[in-house]
Amino acid sequence: MPRNPEVKKVLVIGSGPIVIGQAAEFDYAGTQACRSLKEEGMEVVLVNSNPATIMTDGDIADRVYIEPLTVKVLEQIIEKEKPDSVLPTLGGQAGLNLGMELEESGFLSAHNVRLLGTTAKTIKKAEDRLEFKETMEKIGEPCAPSLVVENIQDGVDFAAKIGYPVVLRPAYTLGGSGGGIAHNQVQLEEILENGLRLSRVGQVLVERCIAGWKEIEFEAMRDCMGNCITICSMENVDPVGVHTGDSIVVAPSQTLGDKEFQMLRSAALNIINELEITGGCNVQFALHPTSFEYCVIEVNPRVSRSSALASKATGYPIAKVASKIALGYTLDEIKNAITGKTYASFEPAIDYCVVKIPRLPFDKFLTAKRTLTTQMKATGEVMSICDSFEGALMKALRSLEQHVDCLRSYDFSALSKEELIERMKIVDDQRIFLIAEAVRKGIDYDTIYDITMVDKWFIDKIAILTEMEEALEREGTALTTETLREAKRMEFPDTVIAGLTGLTAEEIKKRRFENDITASYKMVDTCAAEFEAQTPYYYSVYGGENEAKETKDRKKVLVLGSGPIRIGQGIEFDYCSVHATWAFSRAGYETIIVNNNPETVSTDFDIADKLYFEPLTPEDVENIVRLEKPDGAVVQFGGQTAIKLTEDLMKMGVPILGTKAEDVDAAEDRELFDRILQETEIPRAAGGTVFTAAEAKEVANRLGYPVLVRPSYVLGGQGMQIAISDAEIEEFMAVINRYSQEHPILVDKYLQGKELEVDAVCDGTDILIPGIMEHIERTGVHSGDSISVYPAYTVSEKVKETIAEYSRRLAKALHVIGLINIQFIAVGDEVYVIEVNPRSSRTVPYISKVTGIPIVDLATEVILGKKIRDLGYEPGLQKAADYVAIKMPVFSFEKIRGAEISLGPEMKSTGECLGIADTFDEALYKAFLGAGVDLPKYKQMIITVKDADKGEAIEIGRRFEKLGYIIYATRSTAAALNEAGVKARKVNKISQESPTVMDLILGHKIDLVIDTPTQGRDKSRDGFLIRRNAIETGVNCITAMDTARALVTSLENKERQGGSLTLVDIATIAKRGK
Amino acid sequence: MKAFLILEDGTVFAGTHIGAVKEIISEIVFNTSMAGYLEVLTDPSYAGQAVCMTYPLIGNYGVCLEDMESSHPCLDGFIVRELSRMPSNFRSDMSIQEFLDKYEIPGIAGIDTRALVKILREKGTMNGMITTREDFVLDDILPKLKAYRPGKVVERVSTRKKYIAGEGRRKVALVDFGTKSNIITCLTKRDCTVTVYPALSTAEEILADQPDGIMLSNGPGDPKECVSVIEEVKKLYRSDVPIFAICLGHQLMALATGADTFKMKYGHRGGNHPVKDLATGQVYISAQNHGYVVDMEKLDKTVAKPAFVNVNDGTCEGVTYTGKNIFTVQFHPEACSGPLDSGFLFDRFMEMIDKRKGGMEHA
Repeated sequence: MPRNPEVKKVLVIGSGPIVIGQAAEFDYAGTQACRSLKEEGMEVVLVNSNPATIMTDGDIADRVYIEPLTVKVLEQIIEKEKPDSVLPTLGGQAGLNLGMELEESGFLSAHNVRLLGTTAKTIKKAEDRLEFKETMEKIGEPCAPSLVVENIQDGVDFAAKIGYPVVLRPAYTLGGSGGGIAHNQVQLEEILENGLRLSRVGQVLVERCIAGWKEIEFEAMRDCMGNCITICSMENVDPVGVHTGDSIVVAPSQTLGDKEFQMLRSAALNIINELEITGGCNVQFALHPTSFEYCVIEVNPRVSRSSALASKATGYPIAKVASKIALGYTLDEIKNAITGKTYASFEPAIDYCVVKIPRLPFDKFLTAKRTLTTQMKATGEVMSICDSFEGALMKALRSLEQHVDCLRSYDFSALSKEELIERMKIVDDQRIFLIAEAVRKGIDYDTIYDITMVDKWFIDKIAILTEMEEALEREGTALTTETLREAKRMEFPDTVIAGLTGLTAEEIKKRRFENDITASYKMVDTCAAEFEAQTPYYYSVYGGENEAKETKDRKKVLVLGSGPIRIGQGIEFDYCSVHATWAFSRAGYETIIVNNNPETVSTDFDIADKLYFEPLTPEDVENIVRLEKPDGAVVQFGGQTAIKLTEDLMKMGVPILGTKAEDVDAAEDRELFDRILQETEIPRAAGGTVFTAAEAKEVANRLGYPVLVRPSYVLGGQGMQIAISDAEIEEFMAVINRYSQEHPILVDKYLQGKELEVDAVCDGTDILIPGIMEHIERTGVHSGDSISVYPAYTVSEKVKETIAEYSRRLAKALHVIGLINIQFIAVGDEVYVIEVNPRSSRTVPYISKVTGIPIVDLATEVILGKKIRDLGYEPGLQKAADYVAIKMPVFSFEKIRGAEISLGPEMKSTGECLGIADTFDEALYKAFLGAGVDLPKYKQMIITVKDADKGEAIEIGRRFEKLGYIIYATRSTAAALNEAGVKARKVNKISQESPTVMDLILGHKIDLVIDTPTQGRDKSRDGFLIRRNAIETGVNCITAMDTARALVTSLENKERQGGSLTLVDIATIAKRGK
Repeated sequence: MKAFLILEDGTVFAGTHIGAVKEIISEIVFNTSMAGYLEVLTDPSYAGQAVCMTYPLIGNYGVCLEDMESSHPCLDGFIVRELSRMPSNFRSDMSIQEFLDKYEIPGIAGIDTRALVKILREKGTMNGMITTREDFVLDDILPKLKAYRPGKVVERVSTRKKYIAGEGRRKVALVDFGTKSNIITCLTKRDCTVTVYPALSTAEEILADQPDGIMLSNGPGDPKECVSVIEEVKKLYRSDVPIFAICLGHQLMALATGADTFKMKYGHRGGNHPVKDLATGQVYISAQNHGYVVDMEKLDKTVAKPAFVNVNDGTCEGVTYTGKNIFTVQFHPEACSGPLDSGFLFDRFMEMIDKRKGGMEHA
């Protein structure tokens, strides 16, 4: 069926800020969809509040609104742009929900707008628990039986009917407290009684327990004619009980016979046919490990994280095909872009094994519980491809960049068998390492399986790896070529082989070359080589023919990606890598991307001329370099991941394009940098470099507390802390030195002032500064967690001029060619430099979009030898815009139990959104709204602040009071407020008698908690508990006075302005900039 | 033990020996199914061939004997990237190593199967040898490989004696050219008594039993070699009994009615091929295993019309016969291994039988 000719202008809804559970995969899906729609001649209007995305670029869509994702905003956009259709299935759950609300309210039909793809009826059937269950029953697809009970007898009866064990989930309790698994009636009665008491509504859900069953997923695609295919099956190594986003996942499924496989495949097709899905869809099953019994866990009637994974795992462009289907095409009409010979109705056949491992944020949240549950905690993921499971697992491990490179990276060898058995019962991110140790200790597979329910096939694969470790150890320096060849086939890195044998990595490498043990590359082609493929998308194997041909017709550039999304290194670096790749391509270069993140745009098959889906370690990159012999590599766009490879690339003889490695060093090396500051006469906070705690204390005492302690060469302020005492220095140094530090640790005097930031392009002579960003929070809060305002709004012209001048001097002194990011503190009119990063930064996409100056493109041109003046720009600080753009951090604290939420020098936010408007106040309001702070609701708040903040609390409290807020406060805060004439009701601390501050929070009638922790690290359980409970019950919690002030300002604006917002089309800014 | 796969074009792959210690010469083909290796091993249509699995990890879930598609494996050899050293599945009766040993199937593991597939894709299906002899002389072997022709494969895999399976309302005659057991199951579970006839049975013998419907099964080899069978199929065509044919059966019916078949470059073998029903426009994913195909160009449109085509290469995937209760498909609606999407075709066959039976009873 040809496409629907009535569709001419489409509104695509994005997924908003990156949060845990909704990450870069939707930028990938949305970008692919927009490009696919434009290919069909559609006019594309895009809305997404996330400025770090590629999809919000002026060249991806025709009209781009970086506006809060609310129904009201969407209605305004529809009224203004008058699209004929809305595509809601590519923007995650956020996009889907908005599309649904617009449809259900009748707004879409009133404005003659159709919902493209899957219909509202279908979405409701898939998303509404009850309707879904009824639908599944109708077509005979089993769901885990469940029932809501209000008394013990009903629970006992139901459990007797469905069989033990059962899961009990009390309704409306905090983080599922009061629930549990009952294996018999005694346990059931006990848990149920407690659960009924704890539940606010006296209800407990009793459900058949399917924990421990195999978790199998299918990605499926259906067109409007009812043609269905499955694209990929995936098997979770971690059985049901761990969220699939936190599980190690392998594709295709490994332990299912054809009978089981086809049973589930048919069920998936049966379901999507019944739901009448048009587009992509994900179906999750639980399969009993010793029978054919299965349950449908859930269906996502949209493109999801799993579909991004399935796309990259198979090469099948799910989002692209889903978009074409939404326009009315059928699967047999859409050509497979990878082969150019087959059609989208051809199910991918893969001839390799794919392993995905989640990137969990426990290195950022040391206090958080590491346990994995049905609540996803991962911020990102890595994927690897190999011709064996062992190889794929080893590659994925080292792609994580979490100090792991083999199954020994966490050392549990000190645990006894009994201790290991106990420890394995805890399901956390270290489980695979524990299983490895259990195998080494000779614990039998049955025991391990009974505890973990990890299929024995996977346990045996882990055993194959530990046996290889032992063989390498045993052979030691007498390592045989056969063992070396086999170890490489399993993707043991040279460094690990060196560690196990006692040989050096250099020696291993030499032996490999002598014996012709080198990596070769295979193609991902969707068809297991059955047809010739057009798209060079490669992975490495040892022992096989090489398919990647060295090309020589054009100059070649290697673009190093930024690996998995983690706190501190997010989607913005993918934005930079992709734009740099495009810019190189325009300049006539052949582009080669190396990356391992399946969620990103950079790993889409048609971004670069060649894609190597590989770990970003020196050895893996060197293998590619040996084959491709690139004319140069760019590292300045891929975050710290790429920067870290600089030295190794130089050793391989690859020229680093742009700023030289020694200049990058000069910015990071304290002594070299101090010399440059002296030469350029730029002041910075006094400080010193140290390695040990004793040295740190010495420096701190010389400077006087408070001081800032941080490792060098890190991103996102990892390990950065403000210390106020020797004791804290001891503690922080211990944390930083958990891993051996190659580079010294910095100890600086802590200055309190305005924090400002610039991203600039330097051509070696001139510098182009698109604008100055000012942080709302004063120094001490990590720049990534601060609200950032462009243009700078409180500092004097003199400060701005100084910043421009200092930036120029620094860029020149550091011989920057390309991008530079500099952070400053202004104390009065005095400007100090905090840090300089001669590379791209988190704010690059944001500043590019709001100024209309495409600095990645410009930086790439400059790297290729052009001058800023040749590119049509006058060097220096550009004229400030006449609107205000505010970048607001977004956090995912509610997802990570036990994480400390108070802001400090270490970055904690997972994403960001933008508020852009003519006035500061409206921009701020939009930014908060975009971040999900939609107040007021109940007009009640709690203030509990440290003594130093009481003065500001009075001013802020007064303004909230004026807005009609009822203020509750703990004893001393209440006293201070009341004394100043701000009415505050005193509440008891947690330890005191009820009602306490906690009761208030749990009463679900509080809009906001302002809680500033005492200086340094807050040790008080009270403050921590208040903040955690606020977050977990959905109460907004603010831990910095500046943020609180900003919020009240935005609410005052809302009251003045009402609900309607002014819309800004970013695409017009983009045109203005050029 | 080392093993070698030597191709007709002189390519030699060195790997590890698996299964029986036996030297074989065979036609080398590849299958892209990611699960279902046992069904491939026991599919009689692979008689005269050695099969390379493109999925690299084989044997993961062991061998469940009840999933066998015939009483024993019929292929000559098995070629894999890696055999799992430990099977893991609740139904597994034995490991794949044990299975290969038990049925004396030789094979080779540890070779770059993708490289092999690319050669077959580019040069077309060719003959090869699997051997454990390290001192082989290529110049002696290559002429033998080129000369090798598998013969009489249908007779080899067909039942020797007529037998009956299942008990049901409808009487179906199944002509066994190497039938997969799931074709029988698909019929018996649809209320059929299935009488299975040896491939060389005459039409008279079959029709004498007064079947309600005739099923022509899948099978191995070049359909044109089945000269006498084609003559019998002509007679079956002329009878009024409803006929449904799969794979080789489909090709034989085409040849019996004056159409032609040709050998494809490297065939279709796997579980992911889209076929389009020309009557409805609907696309189904199908299991396939064929190296020969009916030439759509040479179909006499007054006799036969294309009913299904392959979405990828446009080749003939099914035919309906004008004025006849006959339809045939190239793909495998019985699946095993592969998708179950087109299983409804058996229902269509049942409807055809019932309609005719009903008509006859009323007449």
